[in-house]
Amino acid sequence: MTFDRLVFLRLLVGLALFAAAALSCAYLDNYQLQVFTTLAMFCVLCWGWNIVGGYMGYPSLATIAFFGVGAYADGIAQVQGLPIGAAWLCAAAAGAILAVLLGTALLRLKGHYFAIGTIATVEVCREISNNWSELTGGAIGLNIPIQAGDPDFVGRFFFLAMLGLALIAFLATVLVDCSRFGFGLRCIRENERAASMVGVDVFKYKVGAFVLSGALSAAAGGIYASMVAFIEPKDAFNLIMTIEIPVMVMLGGMGTVFGPLVGGVFYVVLKEFVWAYFINWHSGILGVIIVAVIYFLPQGAFGTSWSALFAKARSRARATP
Amino acid sequence: MSTPILELKSVSRVFDGVRAVDNVSLRFHPGEIVGLIGPNGAGKTTLVNLISGFVPASAGDIVYDGRSLAGHKPHAIARGGIARTFQIVQPFANMTVLENVMAGALYAAGCGMKEARERAVECLVFTRLDGFRDTPASQLALANRKRLELAKSLAMNPRVLMLDEVNAGLNSSEIDEAIGMIRQIAARGITIIVIEHLMRVVRALAQRAVVLHHGAVVSEGSTDTVFNDPQVIEAYLGTKFAKRFTTEQA
Repeated sequence: MTFDRLVFLRLLVGLALFAAAALSCAYLDNYQLQVFTTLAMFCVLCWGWNIVGGYMGYPSLATIAFFGVGAYADGIAQVQGLPIGAAWLCAAAAGAILAVLLGTALLRLKGHYFAIGTIATVEVCREISNNWSELTGGAIGLNIPIQAGDPDFVGRFFFLAMLGLALIAFLATVLVDCSRFGFGLRCIRENERAASMVGVDVFKYKVGAFVLSGALSAAAGGIYASMVAFIEPKDAFNLIMTIEIPVMVMLGGMGTVFGPLVGGVFYVVLKEFVWAYFINWHSGILGVIIVAVIYFLPQGAFGTSWSALFAKARSRARATP
Repeated sequence: MSTPILELKSVSRVFDGVRAVDNVSLRFHPGEIVGLIGPNGAGKTTLVNLISGFVPASAGDIVYDGRSLAGHKPHAIARGGIARTFQIVQPFANMTVLENVMAGALYAAGCGMKEARERAVECLVFTRLDGFRDTPASQLALANRKRLELAKSLAMNPRVLMLDEVNAGLNSSEIDEAIGMIRQIAARGITIIVIEHLMRVVRALAQRAVVLHHGAVVSEGSTDTVFNDPQVIEAYLGTKFAKRFTTEQA
């Protein structure tokens, strides 16, 4: 299969999935719409994280900082009277600006130091939103104008909006995957010094990836804030979610186009299942399953060479007397 | 003599009070092969790092093609036409051999994806790595990794190529093969700076040799002249090598 055919095939499969999801909204009830909207939101966050964590190999834990900043930017913009579409654009712009500022400082760090720096960012953002009451409503939270219309219409509207953003995130990932920008990110992941030696403007590429990731995550935060119509610091800057996103991508396969989608869907479905059937033990059981999957499939579902894995299993079976 | 393509003007580099490179002035002309030799810690690799922009100079200036390289980042220098290999090979381990070489063509040479692929294939054929194009670089043996470094540098379309111990760890026939390749590269008009501990390689390739010791140039001139320099024999080559060299010359 040639390079171009592979890209075309990915686009075809992706677009078919998105079309099916969009059509399905006519048959979903309100609860199902909410679950699917959440799923689409996680997919956006996973695709956003995958650009920095997967393609570039930087273990960012700042996804939720962008998400939260996007949520507040949307809320504040709507409170100030901006229409919802403009507020979402404000959210994406706020994420991009934060990414430039953060990236310029944090992307000089590597490995654990970078990870710690990014997780500290989430805490700093949470503290700012907690204490800047005049702007954010502080710990009490911020009420956002509720979208007019009957609940069915509003549910479908937000589902399609989040799905549209997921489509943008998917297309951005396909573009990154087959472009010289994405190729450069992979070079950086493998060896930054060698990437610089072959002419990759390492810092510019890293900041570019961070901005793309930040803008996508912040836009998701914006749509989420509009949907729930109320945000508070502990919800917008949720530390558990900042860990969950990389885990989802790991399950699906880092640095792949469909890995974030598969990982996101698998995680959300698994979480719902464990929550429904093992209410008292759900966190422990979820943790064990995740550790097992990562242990046996460290490259995730899409990063694993399944044929090599089966061949290895067959040869082991033959060797066993 | 033609205008130098690369000139070092009183370049120094100090690390925590240690002068790794001490007031070095050198000129490199288009198409020549220059051997850069000296004992371990002499400052050879630091000099390569200075030229390629990985380390800034503490004093002096490096002029490439009439322009100062001061303040230029490594990627900009690479795009300008200065390529290097690393003493410890640094491939993109989990990328294929073809992708490794494509990277050089994509960014330093400014090719598009398709053109980069074609150029990479040409470089792989030249370095006889064509059979490994879909193999991950991490799976290559040392000799092939060294060739990969060469192929990657070549794909960058360089005007100056610095080979940092590209023959270290290779066996005799592999070294002969590498010498042949380097000669062919120089025949394209590329200036080559060979950093080597193997005097046999320097003798076979370089028209000119520069000897560094404690960061300073202790001898410079034609390879034969340098190899007969008593100061070089004492500081680096040793009397045993000098005797063998004199016998071979006779």
